Amino acid sequence: MNATEAQNFYDLPDARGHFGDYGGRFVPETLMHPLEELTRAYDEAMRDPDFTREFEHLLSNYVGRPTPLMFAGRLTEHLGGARIYLKREDLCHTGAHKINNATGQALLARRMAKTRIIAETGAGQHGVAAATVCALMNLRCIVYMGTEDMRRQELNVFRMKLLGAEVVGVDAGSRTLKDAINEALRDWVTNVADTYYLLGSALGPHPYPAMVRDFQSVIGREARAQILEAENRLPDLLIACVGGGSNSIGLFHEFLQDEGVRMTGVEAGGRGLTLGEHAARFSGGRPGVLQGTRSYVLQDEDGQISTTHSVSAGLDYSAVGPEHAYLHDRGRVAYTSVLDGEALEAFELLARLEGIIPALESAHAIAEVIRVAPRMKREEIVIVNLSGRGDKDVNTVAQLMSER
Amino acid sequence: MTRITSKFTDLRKAGRKAFIPYITAGDPDLETTLELILELERSGADIVELGVPFSDPVADGIVIQRASERSLKNGTTARACLDLVKELRRQSEVPIVLFSYLNPLLALGENSIGQRLRDAGVDGVLATDLVPEEAGEFIDQMRRAEIDTVFLVAPTSTDERIKLVAEASRGFIYAVSRAGVTGVRQSLSEAAAQLVDRVRRFSALPVAVGFGVSTTEQVAEVWSHADAAVVGSRIVAEIENCADRSKVTERVGALTRQMVSTRR
Repeated sequence: MNATEAQNFYDLPDARGHFGDYGGRFVPETLMHPLEELTRAYDEAMRDPDFTREFEHLLSNYVGRPTPLMFAGRLTEHLGGARIYLKREDLCHTGAHKINNATGQALLARRMAKTRIIAETGAGQHGVAAATVCALMNLRCIVYMGTEDMRRQELNVFRMKLLGAEVVGVDAGSRTLKDAINEALRDWVTNVADTYYLLGSALGPHPYPAMVRDFQSVIGREARAQILEAENRLPDLLIACVGGGSNSIGLFHEFLQDEGVRMTGVEAGGRGLTLGEHAARFSGGRPGVLQGTRSYVLQDEDGQISTTHSVSAGLDYSAVGPEHAYLHDRGRVAYTSVLDGEALEAFELLARLEGIIPALESAHAIAEVIRVAPRMKREEIVIVNLSGRGDKDVNTVAQLMSER
Repeated sequence: MTRITSKFTDLRKAGRKAFIPYITAGDPDLETTLELILELERSGADIVELGVPFSDPVADGIVIQRASERSLKNGTTARACLDLVKELRRQSEVPIVLFSYLNPLLALGENSIGQRLRDAGVDGVLATDLVPEEAGEFIDQMRRAEIDTVFLVAPTSTDERIKLVAEASRGFIYAVSRAGVTGVRQSLSEAAAQLVDRVRRFSALPVAVGFGVSTTEQVAEVWSHADAAVVGSRIVAEIENCADRSKVTERVGALTRQMVSTRR
């Protein structure tokens, strides 16, 4: 790929929110004007130095950025191949990258004079991040969460309540992230006048995929500077897990024009690649329209959305952010999947070797590096996005370990 | 001229307003749906909105969500809904508007949706998550197949957007009575009447008002300013609450006759 071709990755999305054939706005008419207003407010905010200064100030002083890019010496030695670096998003305030985007959007909501914030959450990390910044900025916060996820992520439910948010259980479908987004959209369409929808991943109708990516791309900007500082060259491979796709696009985006940098997005293979047993959209899905955007979607032949399974609530979603669909079709990012069991092994290995308990989502990225690093040369460099910490998953893992 | 347009033309000549009930296909089952459509027509429906169920109906309130779930549990597909309309056409010319979401329609074959709808005898289509900006190719194929494209306007729509919807719409324009999902409401908002007036500035098409219209009084109120009233959740609830399946048709018929009773 030549430089001009690579450069146009940064022209996306177009004015209507399209990434090639993907993205756009597929919503009830009631939400169209609010989305136009949101797009305009976001564009203005990003051109306003006061807004970006305040965002950066909060990232440094509240979120705790920059996060370290840590050389994982023992993991590198254990696998005997490429040099592995971990981008430590788990060290962000609240324990995951989600707070980057939540902070940016809460500032935007305040700027738009919206007083009521709604959010959806899967693993609970985005819900916690939203509840956190809403407490900081004195905004009312309502979080929609599938009841299955509430069961799996009990600790995060308690954290959100402590932070003053109202958690609303959603008892529809597979009672996971997709169902929580449906309910958040219904709330938004009903209360659109005073309500800001703080969407947590790089999906949904335009401008969300672009806006969430932009707020998360601080991950890649830091990582790029940090690896140049540490190794004096760019990495050979980036690895990140892909649920909706915000931590991965946050890491990848800054490197898209660097043709020597390969990228792998890791989806949840769940219990195996039978429809309903996984969340590997690029293996088992096809283009479709779900929740405001056109992208790869797990669905049956009649266009009904499939339920999904993953041990990690944050990857358990039937569609994927539209920019990933585009990067997939362009061949710029390779997508693979990791089974529940592989993720659990990676979870344990990282804890023992590096003293880091990763989120089960991030453990999928670790599982991929365990697969590929031994086959790489010792002078090659891999950056893995450690998108979150695993405290929230300890109960789940303890139970799974006792079962085997 | 489509069945929808000729129906509105006839009604206008007679100085009458239209009643448009919504039911979800396959709830409680497809055979009953066919009987229900025929009974709705006999009881005063001018056009029937036939819901093609979708697993993730974000524009719908709880009543229609549950109907979609029941229907999907019965295995209802978009193809089966088209077969149902084909069957209906042996007995009835009542105009049918498919009311759904984009994804189950795309599953009919992205470039052959219009033709499939036409072959089945469908007259119009409304996908609640499809707005004119994203509907370019969709509209083209519906025009070729002579299927009316019905789009929504909402109280939040700007004049610019109403104009866009007016240009993209055929058959009639569907005005959402208030911001929100489908479902029974205590009262209609004033926003509905204002919205209808705004639509009239940009289009000569008939305007239907729906979302939250659920009583005889509300139907009459809608008729005082719009061309058609759409009632969905109230009828779907009647179907849901009728434990005795043999009585469903009768009860829905009685409800419909009551809803249109103020029409002269």
